[in-house]
Amino acid sequence: MSGPSTYVPKSALGRWFESRLPIAGLIHGSFIAYPTPRNLNYWWTFGGILSFMLVAQIVTGIVLTMHYTPHVDLAFASVESIMRDVNWGWFLRYAHSNGASMFFVAVYIHMFRGVYYGSYKAPREVLWILGVIIYLLMMATGFLGYTLPWGQMSFWGATVITNFFTAIPLVGDAITTWLWGGYSVGNPTLNRFFALHYLLPFMIAGVVVLHVWALHVVGQNNPDGIEIKNVNRDAVAFTPYATIKDSFALVCFLILYAWFVFQVPNYLGHADNYIEANPLSTPAHIVPEWYYLPFYAILRAIPSKLGGVIAMFGSIAILAFLPWLDTSRVRSGKYRPMFKIFFWAFILCCLGLGYLGSMPAEGGYVIAARLLTTYYFGFFIIILPLLGIFETPKPVPASIADAVLARNGGAAAQPAE
Amino acid sequence: MISFKSISLALAISTAAFTGAMAAEEHAPTPPRQEWTFGGFFGKYDRAQLQRGFKVYREVCQACHSLNLLRFGNLHDAGGPQFSEAQVKALAAEYQIKDFNDKGEAIERPGRASDRFPKLFVNADAAAAVHGVAPPDLSVIAKARSYSRGFPLFLLDMVPGFAYQEHGVDYIVALLNGYTKKGEDHWNEFFPGHQIAMPKPLSDGQVEYPDNAPKTVQQYSHDVAAFLMWAAEPKLEERKKTGFNALIFLAIFAGLLYFTKKRIWKDAH
Repeated sequence: MSGPSTYVPKSALGRWFESRLPIAGLIHGSFIAYPTPRNLNYWWTFGGILSFMLVAQIVTGIVLTMHYTPHVDLAFASVESIMRDVNWGWFLRYAHSNGASMFFVAVYIHMFRGVYYGSYKAPREVLWILGVIIYLLMMATGFLGYTLPWGQMSFWGATVITNFFTAIPLVGDAITTWLWGGYSVGNPTLNRFFALHYLLPFMIAGVVVLHVWALHVVGQNNPDGIEIKNVNRDAVAFTPYATIKDSFALVCFLILYAWFVFQVPNYLGHADNYIEANPLSTPAHIVPEWYYLPFYAILRAIPSKLGGVIAMFGSIAILAFLPWLDTSRVRSGKYRPMFKIFFWAFILCCLGLGYLGSMPAEGGYVIAARLLTTYYFGFFIIILPLLGIFETPKPVPASIADAVLARNGGAAAQPAE
Repeated sequence: MISFKSISLALAISTAAFTGAMAAEEHAPTPPRQEWTFGGFFGKYDRAQLQRGFKVYREVCQACHSLNLLRFGNLHDAGGPQFSEAQVKALAAEYQIKDFNDKGEAIERPGRASDRFPKLFVNADAAAAVHGVAPPDLSVIAKARSYSRGFPLFLLDMVPGFAYQEHGVDYIVALLNGYTKKGEDHWNEFFPGHQIAMPKPLSDGQVEYPDNAPKTVQQYSHDVAAFLMWAAEPKLEERKKTGFNALIFLAIFAGLLYFTKKRIWKDAH
């Protein structure tokens, strides 16, 4: 897609530098001249939104670090002091805690978009797997960050999650003690969680570079799932076309973000986390952050501890195998009438699991969670492989330009530039 | 023929059938919703109410509950009760603060505006030894208490126009008015499990008010709950005001970008 750069700097100094380190050409090739399919819809703007959120989290996070104290006796008060005594501290903290949620809102939309339009299919398998790795790192980072204010949910959430490792046969207890740095979640745990919470976002940034690199090698998928055949007819230049569209979408997303930060900053949190951690008093219901709830429901749906942990990690790991589980020759869900139905049912299934994850694990809730867990795994292991065989896809347009023409009722598409 | 409807209906019905039975259980009464000046898009604290609420805290709650995270000077801050500097200074001086003199000897000295409200006990065990259960610090209590609104109402709580953030204060008002069984000082209608360690703290006429607000438990509970909301969220006014400006800016910016986008893409579709 992006061959050798044709970028020629205008100034003599620019040419001198470019022949020694072609970084300007790299940027030009990736964000200016890069051809993007002309039929992209607004679901394709979330990549840019996610990049923004990563930077926003790192910037607010680094400033928060300057005022935070990672110690079991001081952490809670230091967060409150950020809220009270630090200039704009309330904004930094609410922007960071709600920013995590917005990050996950955006990543879930980004992922479901990828599933619906078959963005993981050849030749984009590595691109997709890098995305799964980013998502895993995000989950780890979010969990570690939630521990830092050292409220009741921080402490008990950390206790529940780290207890997963005791499920490992034979060495589970030893591993868990090693992770904790003691015999329960305590000061050494908080310290290492803080260190890792600072480290992982930079690892995410690294994998994001690989993700974007892979994207620029294979090119973007698009709503019709057809490759660019004729760059002049099927594509538009990244700048100004994608740049302005992504900017508009980003600012719309920021309106949502700002609403949460300024008007309902504690809506997505849990009241118990404003109670300082107390190892002697267990909350009535231990609930993780909303973005983990579907996986928490899967964990508790399985009657055995080890089985639950395997199912929970399996429910994420299975995403990496998606390119080979989906056997359909047609890429985009737009041309797959049966896939569409199962896809939307899958969305409902994930929302349902999310709701059940927030409810106590008893009686009917568990039975419902088992049903939905079955559908969750069934979607990947049974439905997707079989659909490729039994489904009759609708005819796919010959080219992106044809698809755009058909949608505009025959209006002539002008070649870009 | 499988359809989206039939699959989702089956999933929804089975989920509802199993979870519906659960909803009936665990029924604590819902705290009645109160009117607050600090709710809503342009919410602001009522200074007179915060000042009355502080008086209730000082004369009643403070007997057992600390307010560790606040400094006396906060009472003078913009967006709070805004007592005058002289009032705050006089108030702080009424408290004895543990400190060290320049010989390193432990002393007690009169408080200053920059001091925090003192701890009432050295630690939670000492408090529990006196009260049976350690009375919680009240600095963030208004955000640390909540109640479940259940599905689907909880979804409405984040929606512009319906946003509801006052679960904590509503619960505090309900709790303070929840001692409804005559002769049972530790029974509370709104406390989970109904057995509460704190005996009925407020009664009519207990606290004198400088203005002519009614001296009733209803009024006391409202005032002290509002005060505790401010204690927990002292930057609420600044936050909502900044948020209004930010949203206006973003809305205009989005509008401009929308028209620019239309213009740029005009020939590309």
